[in-house]
Amino acid sequence: MTAGALLLLFLNGLAGASALFMVAAGLSLIFGVTRVVNFAHGSLFMLGTYAAIALAPRLGFWASLPVAALVVGGVGLAIEVLVLRRLYAAPELLQLLATFGVVLIVRDAALWAWGPADLLGPRAPGLDGALALAGGRVPTYDLFLIAVGPAMLAALWLVLHRTRWGVQVRAAAQDRDMAAVLGVDSRLLFTSVFVAGAVLAGFGGALQVPREPASLALDIPTVADAFVVVVVGGLGSIPGAFLAALLIAELKSFCVAFGLAGLELAVEFVAMAAVLIARPWGLLGRPAPAGPPADGGAPPMPAPGAALRAALAAIAIALVVLPAFSTGYPLVLLVDILAFALFAVSLHVLVGPGGLLSFGHAAYFGIGAYAAGALLLKAGAPMGLALIGGALAAAAAAAVFGALCVRLSGVYFAMLTLAFAQIAWSLVYQAGSITGGSNGLFGVWPAEFLSGRVAYYYFTLALVATAIAGAWIVHFSPAGYALRAARDAPRRAEAIGIPVRAQQWLAFVFAGLLAGLAGALYVFSKGSVSPEALAVPRSVDGLVMVLLGGLHTLTGPVWGAALFTWLQDAASRNFEYWRAALGAAILLLVLAFPRGLASLGRRGAPE
Amino acid sequence: MKVLACITVAAGLLGAGAAHAQPIRIGELNSYKTFPAFLEPYRKGWQLALEQLNAAGGVNGRPLEVVSREDGGNPGEAVRVAEELIVRDRVSVLVGTFASHVGLAVSNLAARRKVPFLAAEPLTDKIVWEDGNRYTFRLRPSTYMQVAMLVPEAAKLARKRWAIVIPNYEYGQSAAASFRKLLSAAQPGVEFVTEQAPPLGKIDAGAVAQALADAHPDAIFSALFGTDLQKFVREGNLRGLFRDRSIVDLLGGEPEYLDTLKDETPDGWWVTGYPWDQVQTREHRDFLDAYRARWHDYPRLGSVVGYSAMYSVADALQAAGGTDPEKVVEAFKGLHVRTPFGVIEYRAIDHQSTMGAFVGQLARRDGNGVMVHWRYCDGALYQPPDDAVRAMRKE
Repeated sequence: MTAGALLLLFLNGLAGASALFMVAAGLSLIFGVTRVVNFAHGSLFMLGTYAAIALAPRLGFWASLPVAALVVGGVGLAIEVLVLRRLYAAPELLQLLATFGVVLIVRDAALWAWGPADLLGPRAPGLDGALALAGGRVPTYDLFLIAVGPAMLAALWLVLHRTRWGVQVRAAAQDRDMAAVLGVDSRLLFTSVFVAGAVLAGFGGALQVPREPASLALDIPTVADAFVVVVVGGLGSIPGAFLAALLIAELKSFCVAFGLAGLELAVEFVAMAAVLIARPWGLLGRPAPAGPPADGGAPPMPAPGAALRAALAAIAIALVVLPAFSTGYPLVLLVDILAFALFAVSLHVLVGPGGLLSFGHAAYFGIGAYAAGALLLKAGAPMGLALIGGALAAAAAAAVFGALCVRLSGVYFAMLTLAFAQIAWSLVYQAGSITGGSNGLFGVWPAEFLSGRVAYYYFTLALVATAIAGAWIVHFSPAGYALRAARDAPRRAEAIGIPVRAQQWLAFVFAGLLAGLAGALYVFSKGSVSPEALAVPRSVDGLVMVLLGGLHTLTGPVWGAALFTWLQDAASRNFEYWRAALGAAILLLVLAFPRGLASLGRRGAPE
Repeated sequence: MKVLACITVAAGLLGAGAAHAQPIRIGELNSYKTFPAFLEPYRKGWQLALEQLNAAGGVNGRPLEVVSREDGGNPGEAVRVAEELIVRDRVSVLVGTFASHVGLAVSNLAARRKVPFLAAEPLTDKIVWEDGNRYTFRLRPSTYMQVAMLVPEAAKLARKRWAIVIPNYEYGQSAAASFRKLLSAAQPGVEFVTEQAPPLGKIDAGAVAQALADAHPDAIFSALFGTDLQKFVREGNLRGLFRDRSIVDLLGGEPEYLDTLKDETPDGWWVTGYPWDQVQTREHRDFLDAYRARWHDYPRLGSVVGYSAMYSVADALQAAGGTDPEKVVEAFKGLHVRTPFGVIEYRAIDHQSTMGAFVGQLARRDGNGVMVHWRYCDGALYQPPDDAVRAMRKE
């Protein structure tokens, strides 16, 4: 590779960094002030792309850029006023869930408005050519983008440091209660920050029009990339986001140059993992002040009372006798629900009593499924051994990843779990001879005596019930109490001799074991597993289940898993726009029960 | 909100005897929300076929009823949906799926539950070869077949240094492997100078175009499609990548992908596709007229696939004289079906249909991409030797 070619690839990376920076800057700004992890930020970017393409024929390309950004700002305003404003007092994770509902609605709205086909926008008039350089050609629009990035960085810096609004934003980012006490109207500030972030995302999307067709699949990958940039740069640091955007875009560009197709799948996550392990607060971030946990300390999780025990027993009996009444599809759906219930319970160990937000829990579900499948198909192991092997493989992976993750906390912990999940995903995707590559493994069916629907249902029910009961017993064992102490008051816990990190690591391994078992049961019910089992959407599904059910309840994850799986199944059957319907259902549930489904039974109880 | 309820297209509208008979249920599942650009036309295709079939009296005096479901675009959900179609809806045949991994998972389930399954769209070679099974048949020409159709044109170009660019998943990898093997056989001494495999749907087109140019190839083989292809074409045009180079693109002539390129459509690329406005055979004209009358839109390749899939299932049921799965499977073997592309046959040896594709070159006309110099390649002619097929199927 010649020096000229390297220069051209470097310029390509710089051009790619600008849009990435704009999305990430908006996300960082919103998180800094409102503490909302805005999952819908990629959707706003996507809307910016669509809006600019739709407006360009009427306004011309250049005028369509700012107008599209403002339109997206309007959408951001609606999201903030209608949804998020009502949830600032709710646990942070519920806001995440709400923005996920928004993602689903926006995607179907775009499908309805612009149709299913990808739309290629116009080229930029005046900048539609290329310049000869270093023995190759560089698109002039790329050069424009290269200039836009630093210009936006300078503009943002000026606004944040030289205007009254900017000072308020920085004050609120440092200490929002103090800012409010000093007379900053936080409602107005939150709204304006969210709108500003949305405008940035919309502008970033609009700027991409000459380089990137508008597509319904832009939303989640964009927000994942933006999260990576924000975290690598350091939360809340705009220059950090700029630096990180440059780093990530260049890494991607050079993976192509050197033909590292396998690495390209997850290079940003490898980079993020490396940065977080070496610098736990990102490149330019500052250590977060140690304070009370983000949700202000959860009320202690009560041990199940007589009523709950009776209800659980009744449900168990109902599940046992069910096959006498129906041996059809309900059993198929229930096996799914049981596997996901165990998955949700395993995630809840971390997110609830552990206080450790995992964005990458699907890794252990998927590793369990793949290990079980590979043991059966490639090593000829019997089913029982494959199941146990699957769960143990997931626990082993959790032991390794967990050891690195528990050194961090908060969003950084979450992002490191995400990074490991993505790395695991890319390994599974690449290791074709063991994992079947993009096709996955199939032919993973249970042993003969369990091949009937009823038999496998009972088998799953027995294992899942035992595992869930085990998890619940652990919650009220010394290990469980120690974990909660580590969450609520880590320093005091250390002081009385609880090894906080080790406790959290044990919880991580335990959660991995349970998730692996869930994955192994799942693969035997489907006969196949593919890389989607480890992908981000599966992790998000798990979080949605836990949050729907109620974070600080014992049985919530089970109800959440049941409701979510059933909703997904029912919605996909009955509505063409079922994603939007699911999103709307999530929003309604979140707005109506900000403490989760399981809080239904505890209304009126003293807080 | 438009409530479409599982599109149970019942068949109330038809002729005497059939109206009172018990309908035959067909389970259809596909990733409508994940690949809408291809699958919306596909849905219109099978709906048209279903209406025609029922208007003509159904099959064996019974109307057809299709229960259509979204499969969520991932194997786990697709298998659940397929189980539901089998258990709750009691369908006699399964049809559908798009992505290869979903198709393979459903195919595996179909064999387990002993339900005939027509994989309409998946391109993977494995579904009829390495992982083929008794109950699975496949309509569309496979990756191997489409590559084999293009290789004679590629060899005629007499270019020595080839670069390859493919999406990084099984379809791309097997396209690249087949292309290397077949072209090396057809044109001894050919060199492959570089291979780029960007992630599916996430190509960094500027970098890929630059890296390809840097290897100084004489010709490029691409298996890109969809947004990846659009971005690649735009960056390649801007950076002069295609100047004085021959390009072969596997799916670039399909209206689903070609129509989005508009006035940027590159000249002279060899592609497989579907020149719907130029095919003048009688079967195709009949289909085209009926499709336009029904939907006020022109057909895409997906429309032809959906239409032909429904007719294939109906003909197999007709030939089986009922819905017994074993008889349907036997009827499918060697079954001849009339499609808009002519009569196709489901090969008994590997359950692959002989549906072909149009091979031609891209050109621009009135600001839109079209196919020129095209010819229809009959899928029966682009198959490996029977011995090789038997060895792969392990049956």
